[in-house]
Formats: sequence, C-alpha cells, structure tokens
Amino acid sequence: MKPEFVTVDGNEAAAHVAHRCSEVCAIYPITPASPMGELADAWSQHGRPNVWGTVPEIIEMQSEGGAAGAMHGSLQAGALTSTFTASQGLLLMIPNMFKIAGELTPAVIHVAARTVATHALSIFGDHSDVMAARSTGFAMLASSSVQEAQDLALVAHAATLRSRVPFMHFFDGFRTSHEVAKIARIADDDILALIPDDLIADHRFRALSPNRPALRGTAQNPDVFFQAREAANPFYDALPGIVQETMDQIAERTGRSYRLFDYLGAPDAERVIVLMGSGAGAAAEAVDRLVARGEKVGMVVVRLFRPFAADALLSALPESAVAVAVLDRTKEPGALGEPLYQDVVTALAEAAATGARPGMPRVVGGRYGLSSKEFTPAMVGTVLAELARPLPQPRFTVGITDDVTRLSLDVDRDGWSEPDDVVRAVFYGLGSDGTVGANKNSVKIIGEHTDLYAQGYFVYDSKKSGSWTVSHLRFGPRPITATYLIDEANFVACHNPGFLTKQDVLAVAAPGATFLLNTHHPADAVWDHLPGEVQEHIVAKDMEFYVVDAYKIAREAGLGGRVNTVLQTCFFALSGVLPREEAIAAIKTAIEKTYGKRGAVVLQRNFAAVDAALVGLEQVKVPVAADGRSGILPPVPEDVPDFVDRVTAMIIKGQGDLLPVSALPVDGTFPTATAQYEKRSIAEEIPIWDPDICIDCARCALVCPHAAIRMKLYEPEALALAPHYFPAREWKGKDFPDHLMTIQVAPDDCTGCGVCVDICPAKSKEMARHKAIDMLPKAEHLEQERERWDFFLTIPEFDRAAVRLDTVKGSQMAQPLFEFSGACSGCGETPYVKLLSQLFGDRILVANATGCSSIYGGNLPTTPWAVDAAGRGPAWSNSLFEDNAEFGLGMRLALDSMGETARRLLEKMAPQVGSELTAALLADQGIGEAAIAAQRERVARLKGRLKDVDDPDAGRLTAVADALVRTGVWIVGGDGWAYDIGFGGLDHVLASGRDVNVLVLDTEVYSNTGGQASKATPRAAVAKFAAGGKPTGKKDLGMIAMAYGNVYVGQVAMGANMTQTVKAFAEAEKHPGPSLLIAYSPCIAHGIDMERQMTHQKQAVESGYWPLYRYAPVADDDGHPFRLDSRTPTIPFRDFAMSEARFAMLARANPEQSERLLDLAQADIDERWRLYEQMEDIERTAGDLERDEEEVAL
Amino acid sequence: MTVNLSTDYLGLHLANPLVPSASPLTGNVDTMRRLEAAGAAALVLPSLFEEQIEHEAMQVHYALETGAGHYAEAAGGYLPEMDDYNTGPQRYLDHIVAAKAALGIPVIASLNGTSRGGWTLYARLCEEAGADALELNVYFVAANPDMTANQVEMQYLELVATVRDAVSIPLAVKVGPYFSSMGNFARQLVMAGADGLVLFNRFYQPDIDLDTLDVAPNLVLSSSAEMRLVLRWTAILKGRVDASLAATTGVHSGHDAVKLVLAGADVAMMASALLRHGPEYVTTVLDSLASWLDDHGYASVDQAKGSLSQQSSPDPAAFERSNYMRALTTYSAG
Repeated sequence: MKPEFVTVDGNEAAAHVAHRCSEVCAIYPITPASPMGELADAWSQHGRPNVWGTVPEIIEMQSEGGAAGAMHGSLQAGALTSTFTASQGLLLMIPNMFKIAGELTPAVIHVAARTVATHALSIFGDHSDVMAARSTGFAMLASSSVQEAQDLALVAHAATLRSRVPFMHFFDGFRTSHEVAKIARIADDDILALIPDDLIADHRFRALSPNRPALRGTAQNPDVFFQAREAANPFYDALPGIVQETMDQIAERTGRSYRLFDYLGAPDAERVIVLMGSGAGAAAEAVDRLVARGEKVGMVVVRLFRPFAADALLSALPESAVAVAVLDRTKEPGALGEPLYQDVVTALAEAAATGARPGMPRVVGGRYGLSSKEFTPAMVGTVLAELARPLPQPRFTVGITDDVTRLSLDVDRDGWSEPDDVVRAVFYGLGSDGTVGANKNSVKIIGEHTDLYAQGYFVYDSKKSGSWTVSHLRFGPRPITATYLIDEANFVACHNPGFLTKQDVLAVAAPGATFLLNTHHPADAVWDHLPGEVQEHIVAKDMEFYVVDAYKIAREAGLGGRVNTVLQTCFFALSGVLPREEAIAAIKTAIEKTYGKRGAVVLQRNFAAVDAALVGLEQVKVPVAADGRSGILPPVPEDVPDFVDRVTAMIIKGQGDLLPVSALPVDGTFPTATAQYEKRSIAEEIPIWDPDICIDCARCALVCPHAAIRMKLYEPEALALAPHYFPAREWKGKDFPDHLMTIQVAPDDCTGCGVCVDICPAKSKEMARHKAIDMLPKAEHLEQERERWDFFLTIPEFDRAAVRLDTVKGSQMAQPLFEFSGACSGCGETPYVKLLSQLFGDRILVANATGCSSIYGGNLPTTPWAVDAAGRGPAWSNSLFEDNAEFGLGMRLALDSMGETARRLLEKMAPQVGSELTAALLADQGIGEAAIAAQRERVARLKGRLKDVDDPDAGRLTAVADALVRTGVWIVGGDGWAYDIGFGGLDHVLASGRDVNVLVLDTEVYSNTGGQASKATPRAAVAKFAAGGKPTGKKDLGMIAMAYGNVYVGQVAMGANMTQTVKAFAEAEKHPGPSLLIAYSPCIAHGIDMERQMTHQKQAVESGYWPLYRYAPVADDDGHPFRLDSRTPTIPFRDFAMSEARFAMLARANPEQSERLLDLAQADIDERWRLYEQMEDIERTAGDLERDEEEVAL
Repeated sequence: MTVNLSTDYLGLHLANPLVPSASPLTGNVDTMRRLEAAGAAALVLPSLFEEQIEHEAMQVHYALETGAGHYAEAAGGYLPEMDDYNTGPQRYLDHIVAAKAALGIPVIASLNGTSRGGWTLYARLCEEAGADALELNVYFVAANPDMTANQVEMQYLELVATVRDAVSIPLAVKVGPYFSSMGNFARQLVMAGADGLVLFNRFYQPDIDLDTLDVAPNLVLSSSAEMRLVLRWTAILKGRVDASLAATTGVHSGHDAVKLVLAGADVAMMASALLRHGPEYVTTVLDSLASWLDDHGYASVDQAKGSLSQQSSPDPAAFERSNYMRALTTYSAG
C-alpha cells in the first residue's frame, strides 16, 4: 500500500507518534521542543485519541523538573507516559531520569537536541544536552531527518515497552525539529503492530497498585546497592537486539530500513567518518559524490548511542577502513575526546586487542556544528581528505576558523554544488510580512500535490521587532537529504526592498537564477533604484529579474502589510515547479486549509491577492551592464570602539560565521552600550515633536519601550552650537527657571510603535488630531531628525542629584541606560526596564532570568544595556531560567561580603588612610544621588591614598573598595520564571530578608517561547497549553510575598498610574530588605494593538483586574503597611477582557465556556478587591525589619 | 367594548401594533419570551452586521498571524489555534432558529450589509433560518462630497432590488430621514421591492469627550420628543405609498403609539422605553393604547389607523412647513 505522505517538521513528526502512543504527557515549554508539547496539547484539546482510543492527558508543569516528576509518577501508576524537552530542560530532568531508568520503567523523552548554555545561552542545536544525560541509564536513539524523527520515535515507544529501558529519542534542534519535509506517515496499524497489548499489560502489571502492594524507591546501604545496580545489566544487554528487531519490523511494514549503525559508502572504504544526527544528511551527499568519483570512503550513522553496541558498530564498519574520523556535535572540555569518539575508540581498540578485528585503524576525533553551525558536504569532504593525509590531525574542529589552538581544518568549498534537478529557492522576508508561513505552505503544496520531495528551513534573526527571516526551500525528485542552508539558489525573492541596502542578498544566487523583488518601482524604472551590488549580480549571473508591488496589492486586497500571499503566488508563477493554473488552485486550497476557520472574508481577501499578484508581476528588461553606485550601507557607523568594529559589525552584517576564534571573548564577557551602533532604522513613521503644544509631562519618554524618544533639560547656553531650527521650549516648572527642554526622537532607533503618541495628552487647540508629538513618515524627516538627535546627544545630561528622580518628570531627566533593544515594537516590559536603568542604572547589578528580557537584553550582536558619561552602567548577567532569584541573591552576598572585608580592612588601615576619611567612609552613607556621589568621591580618595601605601592590605582594600558604595541588586524576569519555574527560589530569596529587588515583568504567559500559559495567566484567557481557556485563576504572587511581612511589594501598571510606578521603584530600592515589584506588561500574546498598550493597562486597572498597591513594611506597631493605589473598579471585567483577543477569542470559539469563566473571573476580581480593601486597614509590624536593617545595612 | 388591536404589517397579521425593535432585549431568548408574554406582537432581532463579521474575522486573522513566523522561539505565533472562531453569521442564524423555537409571534431578522454579495447571502441565510420577515437596516452616511444625491439613492434602490430578488419573505427597509424628497424616495423604495418602510433609522451619532477631546460615538436612549419627525413622515406617507409603515424612534408611551397609529403607522416599534422600563412595559403601553382608543370610541386599530394622516387630516398643511410658521405665530401672538 502506498503510504500517506505528509509535509511536517521534525517536531510534529515525533509528536505525532508520541501522542498516538501515550496516555499522559507532562510538558513544559522550551525552545526548540515547545511545538511538540503544543501540538500534543492541541490534539488532546481537539479530542484526538491515541491509537487505543484514549485522549492523552496533557499537563503543563512548572518546570522540566516538575514534568519529569509527574512523568515518573504517571509511569509508576501504570500509564504510557512521555514528555518533550531540550537543553537545560533535559538537564532538569536528569535526577528523575536516573530513577526512571533505575526502576526499569518504559518511558520516552523526545528531545529536540539543543546547546546547553555555557559561556552563553544558545537556542540552537547540538548534542551537548543529550550527552550530559548519557549516564542516566536511558537508551539514546538519534534521528537524523524528519522522516526518522517519526520512525525512530515509534522505535523508541515500542522498544521501551519491550526492553523496559526508558528511551531518550533525540534529533537536532532546529535543523530537524523545525525543518519542514515531505515524509511518509506511519500508519496506526503499524503502531499497533509494533506495540502489542501484552507489552502494555506487562507495564500495567508492574505499576503500583494497592491490590498487589509493592514498595519501590527504597533506600539501600553499602551491603546491597551495588549488586542491585548490577541486577539490571541483562536488560541493557538485550536492548540493542530489541531495537534492531523493532527497526526490522518497521522495515518490513514500511520498507524503510534502519540499523543500529548504518553504513553508507564504498564496501572497501579506507576512510570512514562516524557521526550521528542531522549531519548525516550532508555527510551522505558528500560520501555519495566521492564514491562516484572512485574514492574509497564511507560513513557510519549512529542511531543507537546508548547502550553502545560495539558489535553492531564493528559489523557496520568495513574492515578495510584504515582511518576513521569520529565527529561529535558537542564539546567536553578537558576530555581526551568527545563521547562518541571515545566510545568508537574503545570499541575498536577492544576489537583489535581481542582479535575480533585484524587491526586498529587510525581514529581521529572532531567537533562540528555546535549551536547549529552549518555542516556541509564540503566540510565532510575536508574531513575525509584530512584522513587521507599521512598524519591526520588527531583532534580537530570543522566549520570554524580556529586561529588560537589551530584545531580547525581549512574547508575547500569548491566543487560541491548541489544537483541540477533540485529547485533551490531563497526568500528574504520580514518576520511581520508572513513570508515564513507562506513558504511553509508552499512546501506543503508541492509536497502534497506532486511527486516531488520538498524541504523548508527557516532562519530568523534574534530581534523581536523588525526581524528578518530567510527561508530556504528545496524541491526535487528524490528525498532531500541536504541538511544545510542553500548557498546557490536558482530562485531568490526579496520581499522587502530595504534588505537590498543591508545585505548582499544576491550573493546566494546561482548563475541564471530568477530574482523576484517586491518594490513600488515599476519594471521600467526599478533598475536605477538598485544598489550597484545588486545590479552587478544580475548582470554577471545573467539573471531573470521580476518585480511586483506586493505592498500595494496586499493593501488593496485588505491584507495590510502581509505580502506573503502575493509573493507566494509570484514564486509559483515564476518557478514553474507546478503548472501555473494548478499552482494557483493549490495555493487557494492551501489558503482555505490554513485560514478557512477564521472567516470567509479572510479567504476572499487572500484569494483576491492571489489573483492580483499575477496581474502585477512584471519582468524587468536587464541592461547589459551595471551602472549603479554601491548601495549596501555599513553595518555600524564610523568611529565605533574597536571591538564593535571588528566583531559586532561582522555579526550585524550576517558574517559572524567568518569570525575566527581569536575574535571572540574567552569567557562570554562582552562590552555593553552597543545597541547604539546597530542602526536598524526599521520604523516607517517616527514621532516628531511640536514644542509649541508640549506640556512638559515627560510621559512620552517614560513609556517609550525603546528609549528612542527622550527628554533633556538644559541651560540655554547648551544650544550655542545647535543646528538650525533645533526645537526647544522653556521649561515651565518652577523647579528650574530659565531652563530649556527638548523632546527628541532617535530616528534610526525608533521602531515606530506609536506608544508615545498614544499617551501624549497635549493636543493642538486648532487641530485636535495634532498632538505635541505626531507619528509622521520617517522618510520625510530622517535627515533633519538625525542631525537633531546627534546634537541632542551632545547636550550634557542633567545633574541627577538636582532632580526628584521619584517623580515622572524627574525620572525622565535621567539618562536611560537601557536603550534601543530589539524587543517587540511597543513592548510592555521594556518601559519598566528602562525606568529601572534611569533611576539606578549606574549602581546596580542585574540578574536576569532567561526569557524575553534576557533575549532583548543579551542576545548578540548588541546589548541595550548602556553606560553613562562616566562609564558607569548596569552590569548584567543571565544564569538560567529557574535560578534567577538565587543568582541575584548570590550577587548580594558577594557585595555584602566584600563590603564587610572593605570595612574591616579600612578600620585596620585607618592610620594610613586618615581617621577623617575612614570615619566618613564607614559612616551610614545614606540614600540618594548626593550620598552616592559623595561616597564615590571618598572611595576615589581612598584609592588614591592607598596607592602609596606599602602594605599588602592596601592592595586588598583597593580591590574591594568599590563595595563601600551602595550597589543595588535587581533580579529581573518574567512571570514564567517568578510564578512557575523559579518560584521556589524566589520564595527562598524573599524569605532571606536580604536587600535585593525583584522586578517581575508580568506578561501573564511565557512570552519568549510563544505564549504558553503560566500560573500568572488569568482565568478565561486562552494561551498555548490553555486553548480551552485557562480554567483557574491567576496566582496572587504579591499576596504570597506580603505574607512574610518584611518584603516590600508593589504592584504597578505604568499606563494606569505612572506616578505610582515611579514611586514604587524608588521605594523598592530604598527598602533595606527584599522588594518585589510586579509590573503589568502587555504583550503581543494578549492579542492587542501594542500601540494602545498603555490604554489597556489603564483599563486593566479600572476594571479591578490589576489593582495597584504598595505594601511597605513598617516598624511601627500601629503602622498600616498596605496602600491600595487604584480606585474602586469602574468598569466590568468583561469590558476590559473583550478588548483583548486572548479573552475575546474564547468568547467567539466557545461562548458558554467563556461566559462561565468570565463570571468566575469577575468573582475573582470582586473577591480580591474586597480582600485588598480590608488589607488597607490592617495594622502590622514588619517583625524583623529593624533586625534585618541592622544585618544587611552597609 | 373591547377594542380590536390587530393590525397587518408586511402581510403578517399581528395581534396588536406594538413591535419591539432591535435591541439587546431581542438578542436574548429569555427577554424575548418576556416581551412576548407582555404582549409584543412581533419583534425585530438585533442586526446582523456584515462589517462586524468581516472585522471580527480579520481581527482573529491578525491576532493569530501577529508574531507567527517572526522569531525562532515562537515561530508558531502567540495565540493557540482554536477549533472554530465562529466569526461568520452562524451565531446570528442560530439566534433566529432559537427565537423561532421559543416564540409564537413573528420574528423579523434585521440585516446590515456592506457588499452586494453580503446583503444577498445573509438575507438568504436569514430566510433559510426561518425568519418571518427581513428588515434591511440601511446605514450609510453620505460623507463623500463627490457623491451625488442621485448616486446615493440609486445605491439604496439597487440594494433593495437585489435583496428582493434573493428572498421571498416580506422585506422592510429601514432608512434615515435625510433625503431631499423623502416621499419620492419612499415610493421608489417600494417600487424596488420593499413591502414596508421603517421610519426611521437612528444612527449612532458622534460625541466629543471634553476631557480627552476625543470623538466618541455614543448611543443615547431616545425620548418622546424624537417621535415627532417620525410622526410627520408617517402621516405624509400614509396612503401615498403602497407599503406597510412602521414607526420607530421615540415611542415611549401608549399615547405615543396612539399618535403614530392615528398618523398611519401599521406598527409602532419600541426599544429605548423597553430598555429603560423592562420588557413588561409592553403591557403598560398596550393597556394605555387600548384604553385611549376605547375611551375615545374607536372600535379597532384599523379604524384609527391613518385617521390623522396628512390625507385624512383636517389640516394637511400642519404636517408641512406651516407647522413651523404657526408655532412662531402662536408664540408672537401669545
């Protein structure tokens, strides 16, 4: 029977099998494995059963540790249980994995293998996570393609029940997990055939049951533990055979054959590489071609890594092999070699020693592909060529240039072109224009409508606003094994003309390729608007060139800026992969399938766009020669710091792969204040200030998520060198008479979100739509605003000590030390982070939980964390997701310890330092700008005096002297961290009484991984993992913290009450014990127009959904620590909720459920309000506040 | 003597001339039941707005597409896919079915379209769902100065003709009063296929928020005074167009209803007063209507209907400009 072909990605391929074979899945989101859990959850939500008819129970846990615990329990009670994870998530499961394996419990963990964070976090793929879990006793099965991700998933589910050994089934994160490919779907009959009922019955029988009570999980002593550990050996001995049998069964039923170690290449190969995972695809292509050229080479693909079946390896590896290169996609610093290498060496050495193999080939070990580094046939060819040398490098890397330890092989990239019969198309798109979605559809269309095989792989940049995507699509007559990016495309589409000046987009074009450009220039005029580099490619490569004004067509069809349908149609029209009529019909069918549920108008508009696209497509008559000027802009301005020039600029222009090892920091330490050099200029419109209308309220600057609109106060002399018409107005406040002020936009850093204009209260008396700032077309104002911005930066920052920083206006006179982040346009989190940086940025350490804030804060190439004129600024670090509170507490402990050391040494050295300075340094320095400045000055004097003191203590004191100045610790993270995975640690840190400040950026979902529900998600909202509407209420984190009595707690929403927000920040910093700020942070996951996010915040407060309060512990016996800062709710919760898609979608999809949950949510609000009103009256003493103050005071 | 309150509207024989018009009360089966129990003779369901349906579908689309394929860690977007978004007309059609199942009185569906295809499609669907009649709620503010009065009127007439062709149930057309020649236009609407005219549409009118200086559309409940415009045109059109006449806007009491019947209305439609006083207020109005007719010796609504229309009035000019003049004259004389 011909199999059903589907076009899916690796995650879906594996999740399909897992869902069909499971009864319980305990899940937790982590990139790149999240889609597996999301799909499983969605399928169960839709009532899709497993192959035995039960709808699997999917439960989201608070962490991967929790998921593993729940899995363990579910297994113990007899359910077929699986989970999905990656990277640090897998590491959190390790303790349970030892238990599950130790108890010989059938289970499967599907892993989208991802880099473990070391010197840096990386979301991309390698085997460092699975290798870190290799000693748990789990079997390890590696898939190297999307097809295998499905087939071997089934092998894992079947073999675990047969063998009782739990399985870790892994495939490469992104390269396989996110590659869309046409595969043959495994049939339910095949699944049922591989998992007979008796195996399940055995599993059930072994489960805990009061009807046959047993004890599992004992504690054992030295007398028996060892023996008991050895008792499981036979199960591991039997496992390879069981896996091979299961693979054979699949082969019998599907024709797809797998071996524990698959060999490919010349039967008499002399040079062989051994590897596992997606690199096998590239390796197979290289080996095929070399064998065709007559070279005696081959490769071994490892499928079962644990238990390591040495016999099977020896059978697979031809005896003729004299040189073997083992490639590991992981790094184990300090080891003699990486894990696969070591196992292969051991197997061969033992075989040689026992005579099972005539001799020992030379075996070398290499690393490749860390963090999804490209791995291509050329690299495989290079490794095989290295093996041909008399003395190949024993240890090497491939794919990078290592100019430090000189381990890397030089790759010869010539001669590795892909076969001609494969259509290779590359699309440059904006994240927001839908290019990726349309291309996924195109892969499906071709995969499912033709006999061709299809593959799609998508590359994203790290920005959340104005991001780029590059889609790599292949179509060909054979299954596509190319597991690397296209570097010679025969079709290139540029979906945004702005790219042409930022990257050499046609560098990827093959000779004779077709180029499609979305531009408003018609075919007869476009040429003169192309950068010279683009013209040269077109002419030199004899390309066919087409244009279409997709923006116009999409706009006229009512689709706004989503040009994907238009350009997808043009691709089909030009590529000829399908006959045009057939292609159009298929596109429309795909549109119907994708968007059909959303409404007829969505279809009509997309259909209209398809039809109009063909009309608008024009061929350009290409001149014989290029005549344009160079148009690709430099990645960074001139006069940047050396590091930015050498390293950052390369990364910005997409050439980070070319950086050698020596260019990178050895320990992951990077300079801050670099976002200012990455002029992305992504806004279409920017705010332009009208000083005549402005009322000096500073709200625009406060709410700007990107620090791209700022206020400065200055004396008139500062304008001496101002450019013509530099706008300024007299400061109206009585605090600074005779001062001027300016509101200025950073035109190349603004993302055009419009939040500033939305909040601006000052309207023209003559024309109400004209505000003190208006969003106006950037193109018309860019040059002028650039000039003004450059001058604005030269105006000195206002004296911080002279202003009330705890006021809205005062706070905005302080320089933002968090600027121009790549957060979403209109982000709800970053205004708080920026405010934090303005109030205390020059004196804080930031511990940042993994999540959105760590990505926009610390994802290369640049960081928004900045420095002031004195070179001071926040020092920032990200440890993990789950440990951030503890990480920050550790910083506090270190600072306090160094402060203690400094004071001790200072007292000891008082004679040399001088009694007056010593006393001043040791006295209570107080709080506030002046106090800090004074202490800094004293510390500077101290260091000066110590310079000349010949005493070892002088050096010691100098090293810790800065700790005499109060340094704050801010622990920043999202709700996923604070409410879920990091809650235990957060609770402990709050309980510690130490002086740390916690800022929770509460978006009410896991924003960074795509909007999964957390315990901060409100009742009645939909979110991933809560598609039916979250049935339970939001956890009241503030109330939990208040229970301690000595924790300062502030719940804030900037858009509702700016003054309260600023005050809460200031009070939190002043509070000598732990502080917790919970900041309402609208997010695109709420389904709102982010431009209006401040209005949403206001409504959230007006409805009582997000009450504002401050709990300031007091020492008085009759003190009232709780202050409710918002007014009695004035609008029903429904009115607020229905303005946000997260609530409104449920009201549409399931009105009854929505009504029920909205009623409950209103009841939650009413009850909470009642409670908070009563809280206002409570009298409470912060029991140990004074003691804490004493203990923690510097 | 018992007054015979029955009346015919759009060819439907109704027990009395009181018809609750589209409002939240007719959007809920329970309140519709209460309206019927209180004596409502028929009712008009809230409007199916094509624009709203389109807007909701596009909102769902944008909400799901925002952020999708944007960023590696959230490539699938930020909101979950649902089984069904119910963005189409189905909920409205289900409401027609529920109303028909729950009520014995005629149910009139109301429709506001934006495209010709939309008008005809949804009209047909309303008919198929069981509506006894259809009211076209034509809402168009001719703000474009380049558009002539003739073009505006032609647009209405084509629309009515198109829907007329699409359905066989009775068709009422609800329009606003702002036509240069209301009488002529009313007649043309009837010629185009309207079985009845509903006078008049009450647009959402803009308001200005003096705190924020925002323009905020605002619907305030009507008052009795607003009934006068309706009264005038009901009286003028009665007997001059071959169609049923429904008077709506400003009907707040039995006496208001009496006046409209006297002017020539086949039915008086109510919403604001019912929202203010509750569905049971229908009984109060009906009782008052019946009492007045009885007290003044009328045997039936039919007898009274149109007895003070312009054609039947002893002072026809009172419904035209002279009304204004006399008021001034009376004032100066007084």
